[in-house]
Amino acid sequence: MYAFEIERPSTIADAIKALSEEDAQALGGGQTLIPTLKQRLAMPATLVSLTGIGEMQGVCIGDNGEVCVGGATNHATVAAETAASYPGLSGLAGNIGDPAVRNRGTVGGSLANNDPSACYPAAALGSGATIITNTRQIAADDYFQGMFETALEEGEVITEVRFPVPEKSHYEKFVQPASRFALVGVFVAKYADGVRVAVTGASENGVYRWSEAETALSSDFSKDALDGLTVPADGMIADLHGSSDYRAHLVKVMTGRAVTAAA
Amino acid sequence: MPKDGGIGASTTRREDVRFLTGKGKYTADINTFGQAAATFVRSTVANGVIKSIDTSAAAEMPGVLAIFTGEDFVDVGGNPAGWLINSRDGEPMKEPKRPVLAHGKVRHVGDAYAAVIAETEQQARDAAEEIIADIEELPAIIDMAAALAGDAYVHDEIGTNQCFDWGWIEDNRAATDEAIKNAPHVTTLELINNRLVPNAMEPRASIGTYDAAGDSYLLQTTSQNPHLTRLLISAFVMGIPENKLTVIAPDVGGGFGSKIYHYGEEALVLAAAKKVGRPVKWVADRTESFLTDAHGRDHVTKIELACEKDGTFIAFRTETLANVGAYLSNFSTATPTFLHGTLMAGNYTVPNVYVNLKAVFTNTAPVDAYRGAGRPEATYSIERVIDMAARELNIDPVEIRRKNFIKPDQFPFGTAAGLEYDSGNYDALMDKMEAIVDRKAFEERRKQSEANGKMRGLGINAYVEACGIAPSNLVGVLGSRVGLYDAATVRVNATGNLSVMVGAHSHGQGHETVFPQIVGEMLGIDPQSVDIVHGDTSKIPFGMGTYGSRSLAVCGSAVVRATEKIIAKAKKIAAHMLEASADDLEFTDGQFTVKGTDKSVSFGEVALKAYIPHEFPIEDIEPGLEETAFYDPANFTYPSGAYACEVEVDPETGKVTIERFTACDDFGNVMNPMIVSGQVQGGVVQGIGQALLENTTYDENGQLLSASYMDYVMPRADDLPFIAVDHSDGTPCTHNPLGAKGCGEGGAIGSPPTVVNAVIDALQSGGKNVTHIDMPLTPARVWAAMNNA
Ligand SMILES: Cc1cc2nc3c(=O)[nH]c(=O)nc-3n(C[C@H](O)[C@H](O)[C@H](O)COP(=O)(O)OP(=O)(O)OC[C@H]3O[C@@H](n4cnc5c(N)ncnc54)[C@H](O)[C@@H]3O)c2cc1C
Repeated sequence: MYAFEIERPSTIADAIKALSEEDAQALGGGQTLIPTLKQRLAMPATLVSLTGIGEMQGVCIGDNGEVCVGGATNHATVAAETAASYPGLSGLAGNIGDPAVRNRGTVGGSLANNDPSACYPAAALGSGATIITNTRQIAADDYFQGMFETALEEGEVITEVRFPVPEKSHYEKFVQPASRFALVGVFVAKYADGVRVAVTGASENGVYRWSEAETALSSDFSKDALDGLTVPADGMIADLHGSSDYRAHLVKVMTGRAVTAAA
Repeated sequence: MPKDGGIGASTTRREDVRFLTGKGKYTADINTFGQAAATFVRSTVANGVIKSIDTSAAAEMPGVLAIFTGEDFVDVGGNPAGWLINSRDGEPMKEPKRPVLAHGKVRHVGDAYAAVIAETEQQARDAAEEIIADIEELPAIIDMAAALAGDAYVHDEIGTNQCFDWGWIEDNRAATDEAIKNAPHVTTLELINNRLVPNAMEPRASIGTYDAAGDSYLLQTTSQNPHLTRLLISAFVMGIPENKLTVIAPDVGGGFGSKIYHYGEEALVLAAAKKVGRPVKWVADRTESFLTDAHGRDHVTKIELACEKDGTFIAFRTETLANVGAYLSNFSTATPTFLHGTLMAGNYTVPNVYVNLKAVFTNTAPVDAYRGAGRPEATYSIERVIDMAARELNIDPVEIRRKNFIKPDQFPFGTAAGLEYDSGNYDALMDKMEAIVDRKAFEERRKQSEANGKMRGLGINAYVEACGIAPSNLVGVLGSRVGLYDAATVRVNATGNLSVMVGAHSHGQGHETVFPQIVGEMLGIDPQSVDIVHGDTSKIPFGMGTYGSRSLAVCGSAVVRATEKIIAKAKKIAAHMLEASADDLEFTDGQFTVKGTDKSVSFGEVALKAYIPHEFPIEDIEPGLEETAFYDPANFTYPSGAYACEVEVDPETGKVTIERFTACDDFGNVMNPMIVSGQVQGGVVQGIGQALLENTTYDENGQLLSASYMDYVMPRADDLPFIAVDHSDGTPCTHNPLGAKGCGEGGAIGSPPTVVNAVIDALQSGGKNVTHIDMPLTPARVWAAMNNA
């Protein structure tokens, strides 16, 4: 680790001001950023901690019935507080990492980081969520732009995420055995106007929607509806833990299991 | 009081109180006034020529006290291999120098070529980044077969990547070849015994201190055997006289073999302490542990089993390439040879065994003994090929093993691989295992699994291993450069409590509990009044350390011998006190009694007398009550076991779940059953890790892809089944006074083939014609195997 300063603002406005300084960086739960710093892979001059900002904390139900999660809310809180309102989201949050990770890692940090194997991106994309920042609202479909790439600008902060609540949903994760991130994770959500299927862990372009499955499941929300579909291995991640063929295969298996669990 | 907590009692581990309450004192916990910090600059390439190292900018950085490079150590010795192996043609093995810091070339990612000493660790790291090294990267030599075939060398000065080409037993080669040629059935299996990273919970750490007044050194370090470290530093690496160097290994958070060896960092902190005149401390981070702790296993093997159609074994023949990495670590030449080849007859009466093993240098971290060390590799090869032969011959896997077992009345048994097993009862272990497993009900369980869409398999295994190494005379003939005895001093204090100084270092094994159980039992006193002192060369007579499941069998026997001497002397003193002849005394429950009378004195009274020798026959008996014994065993000990594992395989994902695991072991006489169960369970967990999870992978450039816990899979509680353990009714070791066999490694030796056999059984039962998958059996590998079958 290199030496750095730390700021602990209590309002979004103060945080944005602090982040406008040179080499300042937002700190959520630190579950990704702190290990990076320990390895001396990043050298911010100042870390601006977001977890003390009241406006960015907690879960509530919005005017249109959507679940609204403050950008600095940790996974354990999301798991506990959406258990009744959005069980699919709660299940996903409650299965991230271990208790220590869940009590620190935040939804904003996870979405800002957009790790290709992270779970939250699947929930956000699979729910058609809206990412709210200090300057604008971004539809999930526009937000994720490839591995570790997002629509966020320099210094922009995720203050809130709004998840429309589906009729049925489930996140099925096949864990990478070491990190326990998703080797392949599939979030399936059935809304009145159709089914959304978001896949994480598999693609070299990060989280994506499997549109053929969405079409098939929108007319028949059952595992069997996937029977005729194939997932090409092109563009799938290949690493120590699985070939691209294996990941492509798992996409279908996990989607089927998610549908069965949701139905 | 006497028998309570004595031999055979499941006394809870007294050391756990400090470990579990954060009161353990590890090397990193030690901070001395004025200490400086060391950090190492390590190669990021696997193979490269050091053209130049410019330290001038780094030297100007704040807080920097000294900078070392390989240049500073060209005149000091190399870190040697402890065992000389001769090739089949009689040539001695190749022994390239292993320097304190890389010089001329870097040979693996993580190879240290410079070190910075600064006021703080932070400053040392900052300065390290300013060192400019011009290193010309060369193609990495990673694959063993390619290393042998190619003309680029890890060590140019030896002109080959082959360390040795060993045959065991060379004289049996022709007969074995002939037997295989004429055999009615031969099963051939090519397999890989996967490389493992030891992953001790505590990373390595060392503190060097130099005392100019006495021209003496102190090394506090994470070691399984401080005396051996002292010996290596004194006699080979730095030439510091042994009486000017104290090595202390305080609490050590696990070693599994990786902390047996002397590493360059230890020599460096000593040299640095002298140069800067202050204590110098280094603590590895986890990345350094992954890159530089000696790794384990890494064999590529072809094994053939020749047998009759009825399953009677005729011959085992293996050809193995064993990776020794970039440098020879201290036990690296013994591990694949005498701890592996000599076990290649397994539990069987097979008449012909031949092993050919080539040790190969590669641009990877050094490979050395890791829990089991050679014997897991032997057991895995043997027990996998037997399982395959049984399937080919359509013989039950238990039956084929029983048919070939050495029978109880055949002990002592000289095997075709050159060892003499002293005792055992392999059929009894199988009986026990079969009873626990309830094989009849297995078919029911398999149906259940199938109904749930899963394939279920049962794997079984038998193992024998050689541990408690071993007679110095024998290992000397075989090439060991050290003796393998151990030592203990029993000091009875005037007030009757005891300090027992032992050569075996305890880093989780439970010596602090078990050795007092033995002494307490022998003296008829409360074990709580006995304390163990270990890990400090200034306090302990000598010791060869803790590895190879030798602490109890070897050092425990030394404790017995020293305690016997105490009893003999105490008896003389008691005889004087009771005005009787020593021959007329009996010693039971801590009392010396004149036979047939009620005249007696307690052990405590005798102890007091020994230190307050009023009215003492000073001309016949010295005051004091302290005795030392060195114990050199007559043979290895030979623990054995019968293991079973039941798995479910998910046909859609290839994921293996272990449903049940049974370990029936023969450890001879058991001193503390609870601790032994813990040792077995821990070993089984490591074996399951090897079989299913741990995937050490270097890419073709020699980068370690699995260099953090984000990619290296350690077994976790939810990966593991309930492990049924039984070690009752062992057959005692016939040659040590405790009748005990080593128990530290059996679990790690017996479990990997058991798990793999189970997975293959499951796949076969599910109609997949898969005969072998290399470890670790990750979901991806199992899925790929199923889909290629
Ligand atoms: C052992 C372990 C296991 C894990 N397992 C999983 C898993 O199974 N699934 C999974 O999905 N994740 C997993 N994670 C990741 C974890 O869930 C965190 O969500 C993730 O590390 C990022 O969140 P954070 O709050 O910790 O962000 P930080 O580490 O603090 O920050 C990450 C990045 O986001 C930026 N940032 C932080 N907050 C915001 C914000 N509000 N707006 C804009 N930018 C921001 C930071 O500047 C930084 O660049 C695991 C982590 C660990 C350490």
